[in-house]
Amino acid sequence: MLNRLIGGVVKRELTLALRQKAEVLQPLIFIIMVVTLFPLGVSPSPELLTRIGPGVIWIAAILSILLSLERIFRDDFNDGSLEQLMLSDLPVAAVAVAKVFCHWLISIGPLLFLLPLLSLLLNLSASTTYVLAATLVLGTPVLSFLGAISVALTVGLRKSGLLLPLLLIPVFIPLLIFATSAIDSARSQLPYAPQLAIIGAMFLFTSAFAPSAIAYALKVSQH
Amino acid sequence: MPLLIASNISCVKGERVLFEKLCFSLSEGEVVYLQGENGSGKSSLLRILSGLARPNEGKLTYKGKPLVTNQHQLAQDLIYVSHKSSINGALTAVENIQFWTNLQGIQIAQNDIDNVLMALGLAGCEDIPISQLSAGQQRRVALAKLWFKADAKIWILDEPYTALDFKAIETLNDRISNFVQNEGAVVLTSHQAPNITGPVTNFALEYQF
Repeated sequence: MLNRLIGGVVKRELTLALRQKAEVLQPLIFIIMVVTLFPLGVSPSPELLTRIGPGVIWIAAILSILLSLERIFRDDFNDGSLEQLMLSDLPVAAVAVAKVFCHWLISIGPLLFLLPLLSLLLNLSASTTYVLAATLVLGTPVLSFLGAISVALTVGLRKSGLLLPLLLIPVFIPLLIFATSAIDSARSQLPYAPQLAIIGAMFLFTSAFAPSAIAYALKVSQH
Repeated sequence: MPLLIASNISCVKGERVLFEKLCFSLSEGEVVYLQGENGSGKSSLLRILSGLARPNEGKLTYKGKPLVTNQHQLAQDLIYVSHKSSINGALTAVENIQFWTNLQGIQIAQNDIDNVLMALGLAGCEDIPISQLSAGQQRRVALAKLWFKADAKIWILDEPYTALDFKAIETLNDRISNFVQNEGAVVLTSHQAPNITGPVTNFALEYQF
């Protein structure tokens, strides 16, 4: 089954990402723009940047994920590939996990790669960057999973552009709170493991229930 | 014993009842030619038969078992060609076919793909992104599925002839006839009568207000 998922879904998504570079790079360029413009907009004082930096990167990551979320299912729904994915005898939930994984890899992978540079721009210390990276690695898959549920639900609707962020922002808020709190603790030399553990728990919980929720939402959208 | 049976199924879209208490059966070696005006529910019926959508009422059985529990079996035996292209415009014909066969778990040699594309008159278009091909050529790539899943027992074809030229229609008819002679079952919709050797059952859907 894994072979079929890798050959039929993962390879396809990665090939498509390489073909449609502009679309894939758009969220990344968005993050870079936010991070470079922020100091100009508030104040370039190093202390201020150190304080707000991790939050800026997190918010930019959330917004850029919102930008790219529709890519998970929209094209495949419109051209009918989604029907073929659902009519293969593979479990729809497994196909959904493969698609979410690819989306995460394509939209967040480059961000993690660029993170050292971004933290340099925002005057973050190495230890803060390390905790920030940990919160992003644990937290952003939650965004992808929850986002995929909403996209699967709204993919059949026209003009769902407004609905998607409205559905998602409330569920993203707890994640943001724990992520920034972990980074704050790390900066004040306090233990940050509890917050990371809570984000980890959110990740485990969503990865357990989201696949079947996405599968169900996709089936509903096919009606 | 029919393979796929739908008994007393109804389909409601929005406020409109597309069909009610409809009974349908499909046996091995049979072609069912589904006719009906635009909007009479042909595609909706095909989506229900393929298991993509559920009927509002009534039930379906596949090989004697309810489809709800036997979906897996049907998926293994089915090729569904919808009126959407189901191919991605940014990928080439070969890639589209490869990813589909990978997903279906079919082992296929590059040679076979080339041969089928040649038979479909697509030689030379293998490495061009699909979006740059004409509508008829795109349709042929979508129909290439029919050559690759050898163990399929049911084909559900929604408007397979759309945009095809005379020669491609002939190729497709030959393929369907061949499949039916080997005990395959086909349901298709079209606005022109299919010219297939073998028993063709007509099934008419009426437009309901």
